Amino acid sequence: MPEAMSKNGQHHPAPRPFLEAAETLVRRDEGSMPRVADIRRKALSQFEQSGIPSTRHEEWKYLDLSPLTTTDFRTATPDDIRKLSKADADALRHDGVDACLLLVENGSLNRDASDLKSVPAGVRIGSLAELGTEPAVIDHLFSLADTHTEALVALNTMLSYDPLIILVEANAQVETVLHVAFAAVPESSPLNVCTRLLVVAATGASCTLIESYHTIGEGASTLTNAVTETVVGSGARVHHIKVQHENSLARNISYHKVHMAGDSYQHLTTLTLGGALVRNTLNLRLDGQQINTYLNGLYVLDGDQVVDNHTLVDHAQPNCYSSELYKGIISGRAQGIFNGKIWVRPDAQKTNAYQSNKNILLSDEASMNTKPQLEIYADDVKCSHGATTGQLDEESLFYLRARGIGEATARALLNQAFAADVIAQVEHPGIREALLQVLDRKLSNLQS
Amino acid sequence: MLSIKNLQASVEGKQILNGLNLEIGQGEVHAIMGPNGSGKSTLASVLAGREDYEVTGGSVTFLGQDLLDASPEDRARAGLFLAFQYPVEIPGVSNANFLKTAVNEVRKSRGQEILDSKDFLKLMNEKMKLVEMDKAMTQRSVNEGFSGGEKKRNEIFQMAMLEPRLAVLDETDSGLDIDALRIVSHGVNALRSKERSFVVITHYQRLLDYIVPDFVHVLYKGRIVKSGTRELALELEAKGYDWIKDETTVNA
Ligand SMILES: Nc1ncnc2c1ncn2[C@@H]1O[C@H](COP(=O)(O)OP(=O)(O)OP(=O)(O)O)[C@@H](O)[C@H]1O
Ligand SMILES: [Mg+2]
Repeated sequence: MPEAMSKNGQHHPAPRPFLEAAETLVRRDEGSMPRVADIRRKALSQFEQSGIPSTRHEEWKYLDLSPLTTTDFRTATPDDIRKLSKADADALRHDGVDACLLLVENGSLNRDASDLKSVPAGVRIGSLAELGTEPAVIDHLFSLADTHTEALVALNTMLSYDPLIILVEANAQVETVLHVAFAAVPESSPLNVCTRLLVVAATGASCTLIESYHTIGEGASTLTNAVTETVVGSGARVHHIKVQHENSLARNISYHKVHMAGDSYQHLTTLTLGGALVRNTLNLRLDGQQINTYLNGLYVLDGDQVVDNHTLVDHAQPNCYSSELYKGIISGRAQGIFNGKIWVRPDAQKTNAYQSNKNILLSDEASMNTKPQLEIYADDVKCSHGATTGQLDEESLFYLRARGIGEATARALLNQAFAADVIAQVEHPGIREALLQVLDRKLSNLQS
Repeated sequence: MLSIKNLQASVEGKQILNGLNLEIGQGEVHAIMGPNGSGKSTLASVLAGREDYEVTGGSVTFLGQDLLDASPEDRARAGLFLAFQYPVEIPGVSNANFLKTAVNEVRKSRGQEILDSKDFLKLMNEKMKLVEMDKAMTQRSVNEGFSGGEKKRNEIFQMAMLEPRLAVLDETDSGLDIDALRIVSHGVNALRSKERSFVVITHYQRLLDYIVPDFVHVLYKGRIVKSGTRELALELEAKGYDWIKDETTVNA
């Protein structure tokens, strides 16, 4: 089923500066981490061959990555950190959420600004140098995400200087929220930041993770190329909330691969508010029985934002449940893209898989492209999908205004109501409240 | 209080109101009856400011101000209330949040202080009793999954919360069971006062036994073709509309 790497005009040539930066990094790792150097070298040769996908590539049809080849991006190295202070990190916290904050600045962990002294029991956090020899890291880091079919994963693998590793021990019930804040801090020239995160929740473990993306400073454009790999061990429970707050000069191309084992549970929410161009590729592999997974998303777009959510739920085994709800509010000239694949492999009998994508367009120039793709190879399954794109309901708007509610407030109320069910499903009350606040702020300041 | 002169309105190019005249004084209750499709709900919608309806002639003043130029919210803030014939369901907006926003926007426009949560709750509890509404309904989304009767009761509850100067009730009685009809009528009667006027649109004289009107009008083909007192409603109940239709054709 996976698509092979394509040829013939479907790619732009690999930009030289990226290749040169990777060669430097391979040399750095050769002595200390020959295994990693090998992985990077392989990714480098893959990226060199593949280049960057163009809009002629089926999976990148609506997302023009040509600025990646025409902009002169410098790739951030570990020398690009320590511009941010503890106070900058604190500003990224959510009120009312007890969290262990980890600030990843320009791709590397800023140790002084992170809560490394208060890492909750049962959790280990560290770099490749610290945790690279752990079996879970050897097994999963750089191997879950696929460099073969994904050119930008190859780019990340060859350029992510300082992957962040979070290991949650078997049966650890972690109450403190693990908040990884990725900040891109550009100076005066365009900056490429490759972030890499591995989270392994071992058998029976439970944790809540926030993955947030920020731009700090408006100096120049940024390209964040983010790869997250998550392993949800058997019987483990992971709540994962991803929030994108970047500025209007930011591009974020991210790829998230999740591997779920039997009896595990995962609840994923992706909230996209900021960024000029955002791609979220989310691939879940359900590789065990009795897995329950929820993947929800909400994107609120205005101005010229382009946001593309590509999801894949791969049901590889029987008796699993997946539920997907993505919603969009699109204003101005913004464009939303949703591509939701569900694969039910021949063995995956008794699969329950549901998908829904609902959008409202608030202006004539706003647009949405949505494409559900169900490929079902088992016969005893329950699967459904649905997609709608419409306008704000004029009848409801009139009803509210007829009760004395001003038009702007009435529109904001209806938009909040539309978005409410995605946020309402977030299980952590403090995070839910924090998300509602950032959502309200965006909704009441929508740009035309 | 409300003065409608020669009002003409169309929807989707179709003329519905054809020179309608109506004067409503302070504290009065007017009933409007008339056959299906005669333009009763259109009149209510035009008064409330629904944009699909185009006013092609005539004037409406409310409390001395030109009504037709005002936005729907400004009309409501000035004290006009429409109880909808078909209230919409608004999933995701709780009744309580909706009403708190509405009450406070109206108060703000009148220069009154905004109610805090505690005072709002108090007001809500008091008004809920008036229409014997269940507390649980206020936590639910506006009208979502409400039965026909519950929706109508919710309209009257909103009216009680907003304390308008003029309330237009569009077939609030239809779909109500006998008990609910009594409760709703009781709610309306409790709100009757020297300062507050009502326009009650109905098909049934039965409602007018509960809410006793000062005047009864017949709306037909977009005009008020006959006006009278309570007895007119009884006469209509007994004879139907044919004699009015005949009279109108003769007069035309
Ligand atoms: N949005 C619309 N588009 C087209 N025609 C409309 C629209 N709204 C009303 N009409 C027409 O206008 C006429 C008057 O309708 P209206 O709803 O005002 O009647 P009514 O007197 O309230 O009737 P009822 O007693 O059945 O409630 C009807 O013929 C109706 O079909
Ligand atoms: Mg009607």
